Amino acid sequence: MRGRNPLNGIDSHCPEGARIVGRVDESDSIFTLRLRPLAPSPSPRFVPGQFNMVYLFGVGEIPISIVSDPESDVLLDHTIRRVGRVTEGLARLQPGDCVGLRGPYGRGWPMDRARGRDVIIVTGGLGCAPTVAVINYIIHRRSEFGRLSIVQGVKRAHELIYRDRYEAWRGVPDTRVLLAADEGDTSWPWHVGLVTDLFDDLAYDPSRTLAMLCGPEGMMVVAVRRLLRAGLPEESIFLSMERNMQCALGLCGHCQYGAKFVCKDGPVFAYPEVKALLGTRGY
Amino acid sequence: MSRQPGVRSSMVFLPRERLSALMDHLRSEGYRCLGPVVRDGAIQFASLAQADEFPIGWRDRQEKGSYALQAAGDARMFAFANGPQGLKPWLFAPRETLWRVDGRKAALAFEPAEVEDARLAVIGARSCDLAAMAIQDRHFLGGERPDGAYAARREGLFVVAVNCTHASATCFCASTGDGPATRDGFDIALTELDDGFVAASGSERGARALADLGLASAGDVREAEARARVAAAGAAQTRALPGRDLQAALFANLMHPRWDEVAGRCLSCGNCALVCPTCFCHCEREEVSGDGTSAEHYREWDSCFSEGHASIHGRQVRPDIRSRYRQWLTHKLGSWHDQFGRSGCVGCGRCITWCPVGIDITEEAAAVCGAATP
Repeated sequence: MRGRNPLNGIDSHCPEGARIVGRVDESDSIFTLRLRPLAPSPSPRFVPGQFNMVYLFGVGEIPISIVSDPESDVLLDHTIRRVGRVTEGLARLQPGDCVGLRGPYGRGWPMDRARGRDVIIVTGGLGCAPTVAVINYIIHRRSEFGRLSIVQGVKRAHELIYRDRYEAWRGVPDTRVLLAADEGDTSWPWHVGLVTDLFDDLAYDPSRTLAMLCGPEGMMVVAVRRLLRAGLPEESIFLSMERNMQCALGLCGHCQYGAKFVCKDGPVFAYPEVKALLGTRGY
Repeated sequence: MSRQPGVRSSMVFLPRERLSALMDHLRSEGYRCLGPVVRDGAIQFASLAQADEFPIGWRDRQEKGSYALQAAGDARMFAFANGPQGLKPWLFAPRETLWRVDGRKAALAFEPAEVEDARLAVIGARSCDLAAMAIQDRHFLGGERPDGAYAARREGLFVVAVNCTHASATCFCASTGDGPATRDGFDIALTELDDGFVAASGSERGARALADLGLASAGDVREAEARARVAAAGAAQTRALPGRDLQAALFANLMHPRWDEVAGRCLSCGNCALVCPTCFCHCEREEVSGDGTSAEHYREWDSCFSEGHASIHGRQVRPDIRSRYRQWLTHKLGSWHDQFGRSGCVGCGRCITWCPVGIDITEEAAAVCGAATP
């Protein structure tokens, strides 16, 4: 006897088709795909910090955070770095081509807790992508939030993406944009050194500030230390973690971080939830 | 399927030759019968046509890294501890298709795999198997998105459990609290005596099945003998974990030199995880048709000992065997408590028997946690 199981179980693994309607080359290895789902279902709106599983025909799926405006549920932007089989293949796609898409998944940034507070966003490398939706969210509701500080670091100057966006965000009221490159060049007018050096330039009241961190774990460990030293309570610091995710449903086990399933318990965690293992090699 | 109050009749006696009548009853209810058989030099679950296919008169000898069968020449059907797999492969398939995609059209056409609804009656599940199944139930069915394939198989499962009357040298379920007596999760539980089985029901359908056979009461003497034999199997166990909750002790010892020492012996083959009845890790993979027009997306058992298990875009979170073995043990006996409210070890001993170099989880746990080897 064969029949579709009434539970939505196995179906929740199955992607839907989505068409590429736009493509931006952000750097020599990073690109953004704008996707339009083929069957715009009553698709759940996403929370900044959530991710989709993007599928390349015949190769496989990868988790990619959603960069676009959470207000728009018809177009989904995904910024992707060419690093593996799936992303190398995705990099060859052009507008008109099709991919598979399922999501959104995971727990995003705590936008409700951030309301009414100053927000510091500290990112490194491509860690900036999962916070773009946060920045857009705040900018669209500017009066509901306090001061916004956007701090982004890259290894080499030419690796900075979203340069136009950073320029635009500088013009938003009550918003600071601080950029750092470990290695500068002639086109780099900003700080040369570690992103955490910029913390000295930040003015914030630790008692009414929320920090959101995304980037290499070494960077986040140092950033957490600096923020704690400045008086920020542990529970006001949030980190977006990255691990191998294959099912995105908390089943396949690859993303486990101690007892946490990063794909469903995260990827955004309050610092106290992950501090026991943060920075421990092998977890 | 846990035992409901009032359902459990007094125990009845099932003569050995009537086991086939129980199988006939299950078949008449639409179940395919599954039971232990001797195959490839080990006792393994397989489809059963008749009762004489059970491993009659066989004993298992299990030690670190070794498994052997011996003929005892008696009529016992269940006088062994266990084989390389419990119920896991029958509920959580080693490989199964999740969806297919047709890439010929301009738009990709996705089709979710259909879940087969099949009734399966397993005869011979042990207490460790049922304890492990309860954990896997929670993993696959307890979340917001229950797994359809697992749910369908679980729904169709009828369990005839067998209380253990023999422990192997690698068994330690008494120390984990999971055996050797079954407590719940079965429809019928049998305890084997010289001439047959003391049988108890654990569900309404189990009680119905036993009632249909028109069996006589087991009587106090047989019941007492059954209890004594199971208790003896527990007392015969020579291994033990140094505690039921080792989470704090393990995570306090992440830099213990024993991790380096065990890494020198471990081959990172993943056998332990594949025979473990509670390990749930699996990978998702893609198989493209020969002409490249369609693809099958499937999941397949994986383990934290595999090369790619924790790799993200070129970064390897666990590049060495030390960190992989540590991940396995600190998850199984440590962080598992936060996930499932108990340890991930049910004391079946399979990881000890089937480890090609004989690494013993009870010894490693004791060494890392600073306890004397039990």
